[in-house]
Amino acid sequence: MPATPPVPSDVIRGTLELLVLKTLTLEPMHGWGISQRIQQVSSGFLEVNQGSLYPALQRLEMKGWIGSDWRTTENNRRAKYYRLTAQGWRALGVETENWRRYVSVVDVILAKA
Amino acid sequence: MSGRRDDPPAVAAWILSRALPESERDAFLGDLEESFRMDILPHRGPAAARRWYWAQALRAPLFLRGSGHSPRTPLTAHGDGHMLNTINDLRFALRLLARNPGFTSLALLTLALGIGATTAIFSAVYPIIMQPLPYPHADRVHMIYEREKKDGQTSYLGYSTFADLARDSKSFASMAAMGQGNVTLTGGDQPVQLETQRVSPAYFDVLGVHAAIGRTFRAEDDVQNTPRVVILSDGLWRSRFGADTSVVGKTITLSDVPFIVIGVMPRGFENVLAPGAQGWTPLRYLVTDPWGCRDCRHLRVVGRLKDGVTDAAAAREMDVIFGRIVHDYPDKYSSIGLVMPTVQADVSHAARPVLFALLGAVALVLLIACANVTNLLLARAALRQGELSVRAALGAARGRVIRQLVTESLLLAALGGGAGVLVAIGGVRALVALSPAGLPRTAAIHVNTPVLLFALALVAVVGIGFGLVPALHATRADLHNGVKQGMRRVGGASRITRASLVVSEVALAIVLLVGSGLLLRSMARVFAINPGFEPAHVLTMQVNAGGARLANDTAVRAYYDRVLAAVRSVPGVEAAALTNQLPMSGDYDGQGVHIEAHPAANPADDPSPFRYSVSPGYFETMRIPLIRGRLINEHDRADSPLIALVNESFAKKYWPGADPIGQRVSMMDPVKGPWLEVVGVVADVQQLSLSSDKHDGIYAPETQWQYADRGMSLVVRTKGNPAALADATRGAVWSVEKDQPIERVATAAQLVSQSEAQRRFALVLFEVFAAAAFVLAVAGIYGVLAGTVTERLREIGVRAALGASRGDILAMIVRQGLGLTAVGAGIGIVAALGLSRLLTSLLFGVSALDPATYIAVTAVLGVVALGACLVPALRAARVDPIATLRAE
Repeated sequence: MPATPPVPSDVIRGTLELLVLKTLTLEPMHGWGISQRIQQVSSGFLEVNQGSLYPALQRLEMKGWIGSDWRTTENNRRAKYYRLTAQGWRALGVETENWRRYVSVVDVILAKA
Repeated sequence: MSGRRDDPPAVAAWILSRALPESERDAFLGDLEESFRMDILPHRGPAAARRWYWAQALRAPLFLRGSGHSPRTPLTAHGDGHMLNTINDLRFALRLLARNPGFTSLALLTLALGIGATTAIFSAVYPIIMQPLPYPHADRVHMIYEREKKDGQTSYLGYSTFADLARDSKSFASMAAMGQGNVTLTGGDQPVQLETQRVSPAYFDVLGVHAAIGRTFRAEDDVQNTPRVVILSDGLWRSRFGADTSVVGKTITLSDVPFIVIGVMPRGFENVLAPGAQGWTPLRYLVTDPWGCRDCRHLRVVGRLKDGVTDAAAAREMDVIFGRIVHDYPDKYSSIGLVMPTVQADVSHAARPVLFALLGAVALVLLIACANVTNLLLARAALRQGELSVRAALGAARGRVIRQLVTESLLLAALGGGAGVLVAIGGVRALVALSPAGLPRTAAIHVNTPVLLFALALVAVVGIGFGLVPALHATRADLHNGVKQGMRRVGGASRITRASLVVSEVALAIVLLVGSGLLLRSMARVFAINPGFEPAHVLTMQVNAGGARLANDTAVRAYYDRVLAAVRSVPGVEAAALTNQLPMSGDYDGQGVHIEAHPAANPADDPSPFRYSVSPGYFETMRIPLIRGRLINEHDRADSPLIALVNESFAKKYWPGADPIGQRVSMMDPVKGPWLEVVGVVADVQQLSLSSDKHDGIYAPETQWQYADRGMSLVVRTKGNPAALADATRGAVWSVEKDQPIERVATAAQLVSQSEAQRRFALVLFEVFAAAAFVLAVAGIYGVLAGTVTERLREIGVRAALGASRGDILAMIVRQGLGLTAVGAGIGIVAALGLSRLLTSLLFGVSALDPATYIAVTAVLGVVALGACLVPALRAARVDPIATLRAE
């Protein structure tokens, strides 16, 4: 499928959690905020499906990589804000390393095979 | 879906709130609504925003862990995870299928045809061979036949024999004798001819069925000279009596005789022993009746074993009883024992070889279809190597990836199977429409629960079978140990698998092609047989003589004379005659003939040729050649000397080396006669079917036979198209007696063709299956070669650059394709040599090892395979070495 901007592309499954972790290093955010941020940072190239984001958040929370508490948003709505835990910080390091290695392997394949 | 267009769809929100765990509900719904209002709505407009909300709402729950778990609580149950995995796998598989419409439709079509055809054949095999007949404890219901000494064939029983067996046997709870009946029902607008069954009173007890209204027979119904009674079939009751329950107890007229209706059988009653019977009357025989004698073997006998009596014990007891009977009446029996198959085995006996052959053939087609789909999947798996590597790199266990791939193939098989069931429903209709008259239980052939379960099992086996091969291959990649090497090995292994799949496809196709080739040659041989008469331009129909106005033989014979005169005067009619049995119509009247020149020690061992009672002009009308002597003419009257004609086979067999003319035979008493003088010899006629080897026949003038047959076949030779004269001929018959029913109107050519209906049935289906197999196998060869050429483009480019000519490259690819074909053909021929023996009972005049068939089939496949190879080979030969190398 054509994947050139500005047509947004879905986030590749499996990388969403990594992106969420990275996004949360800036500040605690609620779900919509996270998807907005990823979209902004990727210059609109990546579109985060809410339907995929929410389960990802749940998985991360279950792993103990993120925590959450209820706050009020700028639109005056009660929302769940997610923040990175210490475990999450460590995991981010490991996962980032994994990702870099993976990309290089894929590059090798793409270049030579 | 109500609400303002600027609000999130309420139904979607409600579904979502139900699906989400309570602890998470508000957070997610809130985020979603915020996205909806702040982001999506302003950018995309209300309609698209609502669609977006629906998509999110339906998607989220599928990814969620089961509800009720709070975060950080470790999941203990695996069920939820597996279920979610499966749902995920299915969603993913569906997306993939939707994304490759070409692959998907090809695979689905192949599977639908394979599974559909197999299911259709199974739907015939199931009721005929596997499903118990619809009677309580149907396995205890047995037929009883005598086994002939002469040819090991079975024969029906005489009434006296039946009476002895029924009286003396302790093994059978009940036993009944059956004869055919044919009556004319009057009282409606038109007289109708009905097929009935004349049965002894225990018949329905043997089957274990009861009347829907009224009752079945009792012993007192079977007593001669009491009021006659009849039981109606549900079909007749509905069509002729308007489903009127008060018909029971009323009197109806059958062939001018009053019968009291005592019962109506239920709608679901399946009378496998006489599927066409529309009514039942008591047999009313006495052992003292002339037709109740021991060698009047025209009754079928069926019995129900008592509870707890084994087949073997019953057989032992019956052998003892029968042995005693033969001992008491040695000159009445040429039989050496009894045969007692179950009714199920008996009715399916003739259809069994055809059905099993067809089931085997269609299974081969299914295998080929699976091989083709596996090939498609393998080709696709190669393209998906990237995706699979990513999965593996992200930590997916091999088992997990295999599961994903098998889920995909199962989904494919399930969709294909669903379409296959539709194919099967259509196929079953075609099957029943095509089915020969002898196929039992055709009414029970339909796509029902057992058939659907069979289709489901096929889907499971097929889906796992063809999914596992590519899955195992694709996941063999070991990314940690050198990515490139791994890829190469995967490619190599998959190429070998694909090549072996093509080889098996070709082999399976050869088996089917050989099978259908053998059947085709048998058919050609059969139709090359001379039927013994000239069927072209001959119209036939059965005329009947019944009722009070034709009460005695003199009246009947006068009636036949007038019918012949009337028919001969129809414009376009060249000749017309009557016969008591019509070749290839299903008629079968054998008669014991005693030869004066060499009397047999036991008259029961004397020959039993077909007996024809014919009017003068019969041989001329049918154009049956006269070999010696003279034909029957108008001077052979009842009071003139008794004469007979025999056919060539009979003359050669019983007067070898002697002149048959002037010999004397008796069809009554072996000692007292009366004696008939043989005045002529005519050519053999195929009475039962073209391929039958039963030929002996004897002809006598109808006027000289001991009684006048009440049903005779009219044969009419016409100048033009015989079918066109059917109405005029019928009109001529009715101009003589307007109330006599006319049946079985057919041209002789139709009769000849129908006599081989079962052979034709097998042949047509085999041809269809073989054609499908052929196309699939050729497509397989083409697919693999085309794939190879694509994979090897660079290598081919290098070869070309190094000086290989186009011819070299062409030859290289063609060699590869023909090599696969040759290996497949070799294996296929060996397999066909073994498997085609199973067809032996369907073959005629052709050996199962007929070399011409094998050679022709191999040659045809080879030529078409060459064509399939040439297309990709030409593409390879056109590869531009410069362009290929530059791309590198």
